[in-house]
Amino acid sequence: MSYIDPHIHMVSRTTDDYQRMAQAGCVAITEPAFWAGFDRSSSQGFFDYFRQLTDTEPKRAATYGIKHHCWLCINPKEAEDVGFAREVISIIPEFLDCPTVLGIGEIGLNKNSKNELIILEEQLALAESANQLVLVHTPHLEDKLKGTNLIMDAIDNTSLDPTRVLIDHVEEHTIKSVLDRGFWAGMTLYPDSKCTPQRAADCIEMYGTDRLWINSAGDWGPSDPLAVPKCRLELASRGHSEELINTISFGNPLDFLSKSGKFSIS
Amino acid sequence: MQDNQMTSEEIVDRYFLEHRAKVLDIAAFLDRIDRSGSKEKDFRIIALLKCIDELQSGDENRTKRILELLSDHSIEPIDVASTKGASGAPPTS
Repeated sequence: MSYIDPHIHMVSRTTDDYQRMAQAGCVAITEPAFWAGFDRSSSQGFFDYFRQLTDTEPKRAATYGIKHHCWLCINPKEAEDVGFAREVISIIPEFLDCPTVLGIGEIGLNKNSKNELIILEEQLALAESANQLVLVHTPHLEDKLKGTNLIMDAIDNTSLDPTRVLIDHVEEHTIKSVLDRGFWAGMTLYPDSKCTPQRAADCIEMYGTDRLWINSAGDWGPSDPLAVPKCRLELASRGHSEELINTISFGNPLDFLSKSGKFSIS
Repeated sequence: MQDNQMTSEEIVDRYFLEHRAKVLDIAAFLDRIDRSGSKEKDFRIIALLKCIDELQSGDENRTKRILELLSDHSIEPIDVASTKGASGAPPTS
């Protein structure tokens, strides 16, 4: 059975990972722009990063038969310097017509600061004006609950359709409010933080599959690029149907990503 | 909503040893801190011990309540992000 990993940072992963993902059934991925583990020293650094996301990675993925799409933004960890963040935002529009760019993401909050919120609002405005899908990063650990609420309030102050916004990294204390407010929700499968495959399977049993997807968010930290197939195996071993497993790991990401008009698995 | 496909006995049979090991890891972690000789408890350990109390509450939704125990419940944005990282528990826990 094929699957889509709708959130993974392949710029931080080896080619061996592409091969193992393809062997496990991955047919498509989407890669949000994120923090590289260090602050970039100029907006030109982001220009090069966006070229990597729109040109280099699709070719690398294609070697293994995996379709690669991406999301562009300045991430919240580099948004505290508002002037710098605005420079980066100004170069995003020239990439939005690229055939593999699906929208703005992963925007959001990190420490829930005033400046992070300003830059989030400006990128939401860009998504509004350019009619883009939005992929949202919610903060880590103790900051997640507060940040998720601030982000949802900020989106509610725009004209963005919540069914065109996916709020990622939900856990048991945020999933219900995200779904109740009409957004899509993503569960990230991490070994130490966020959801394990077992807890994600629990959430699927509690909340169903409507407007919900799973992803590995594999990156340069503790993470597992094969987390999605491991969660599929967890669901299968609990006796869940092939239909349910396909919905959560293929059908739902296909439905949401297709709203961009650009997503393709062929 | 999907029904859980496993019986209680099947769940215990399948997951007990994994979680027995995790409890022992927590015990060993706390013992390790004790052996370090420090008298003052780190705010993260105080939060962890509150979470362990919550585990024994006997109510449903333990995971959600523990995540809430480990969350910052303020509602206003902070003035400045002076760090990028998160510690796993709010300092006031």
